[in-house]
Amino acid sequence: MLESVLGGLSGLGSGAAQLFSLQGLPNLVMLAIAAALLYLGVRKQVEPLLLVPIGFGCLLVNVPLGDLMEAGGLLRILYDMGIANELFPLLIFIGIGAMIDFGVLLENPKILLFGAAGQIGIFLTLLLALALGFTQLEAVSIAIIGAMDGPTAIYVTSQFAPHLLGPVSVAAYSYMALVPIIQPPIMRALTTQKERVVRMGTLKKSVSPTTRLLFPIVVTLVTGLIAPKGLPLMGTIMLGNFMRECGVVARLTKASENEIANVVTLFLGLAIGGTMEGKAFLTPQTLLIFGLGFIAICLDTAAGVLFGKLVCWASGGKVNPLVGAAGISAYPMAARVVQAQGQRYDKRNYLLMHAAGANTGGQIGSVMAAAVMLSVLTGMGLI
Amino acid sequence: MDNWAFGITMTVVGVGGTFLTLWILSLVMSLLKKAFPLSDEESKAK
Repeated sequence: MLESVLGGLSGLGSGAAQLFSLQGLPNLVMLAIAAALLYLGVRKQVEPLLLVPIGFGCLLVNVPLGDLMEAGGLLRILYDMGIANELFPLLIFIGIGAMIDFGVLLENPKILLFGAAGQIGIFLTLLLALALGFTQLEAVSIAIIGAMDGPTAIYVTSQFAPHLLGPVSVAAYSYMALVPIIQPPIMRALTTQKERVVRMGTLKKSVSPTTRLLFPIVVTLVTGLIAPKGLPLMGTIMLGNFMRECGVVARLTKASENEIANVVTLFLGLAIGGTMEGKAFLTPQTLLIFGLGFIAICLDTAAGVLFGKLVCWASGGKVNPLVGAAGISAYPMAARVVQAQGQRYDKRNYLLMHAAGANTGGQIGSVMAAAVMLSVLTGMGLI
Repeated sequence: MDNWAFGITMTVVGVGGTFLTLWILSLVMSLLKKAFPLSDEESKAK
């Protein structure tokens, strides 16, 4: 009897015994990282909707012997339910589509090209990742951090390099939140004082409700026919946008952008946190991924601004090159950064609407870049 | 396929494909606007 009681008691402290042993050191470090993520989310308000569940998921999976990521464990169930099969990012995309107003983009369709320029960093980072020794599919997953689009990064990585899902997701969301800090120095370094004060005038409202309604259908068909492998990504964004524009399914639109997006964000964050187990996460690869993610975002911004300079020159000085920095997917942060930088040099310069157009273009561009990558990989027979 | 051939192919086709697709989309959007212009009533409503 006494022996059985002692045996039972020894089970009570087994988690602590393992955590404070040499074997538990990686978990101990990861608990500190979980605390840092929670601190950033709660105190610094850095993408709190994602970093809080990711941080807590990381905390849960690093408590020894909890087995939350083993078969039948809570985090494993969430992972299998929506990340292994890419369901969660797609559900979030429906909500994103329902939230975005593509009207500003439709007012000036040419600005969509800024959304393409803002993706160049993805492909240059791919070359860097390959040079650093990552495999081809790992390099694709790392480069996609440059899409500045969390769900796209998760969608691609969960297919091609699920073992990198933790670092890629955390890097993608962290850098998205750091856009207001990362972009301005690059924008200033690549533009002249004269270029920064270019005024672009106001956009007149010229888009009919019919055009707005047809836009998601046309985008789905055109992009789906060019790059079919990206159809789940673009199709779900455009489904959300179609529901928003048609106006007859307000309940579904509201549910997509609120209840569904919120529940899925919680599950997604927890499941990603679940992939951050100490031994798997604490590798030199993780540091490289964070470094490459940072470079991707810098290259995206630089490419956008340089493209803006080209358009400025071609238009005879009618386009402010700063708007090019908004051609990334971080919506609406990048547009706000452009507005703030424009007003820093000319208080009466209002670039926000143009930047918002480029920013929604960046949303489409990032998904398109991923779709093109997936389709090219299929064409090469690699997937 | 070796890594460099893969990387260069992805970069050229990826950047080119993204630009081409978005350029086509911008043309289609311009056509949509021309085909379904804002009517006077809708303009006033705005």
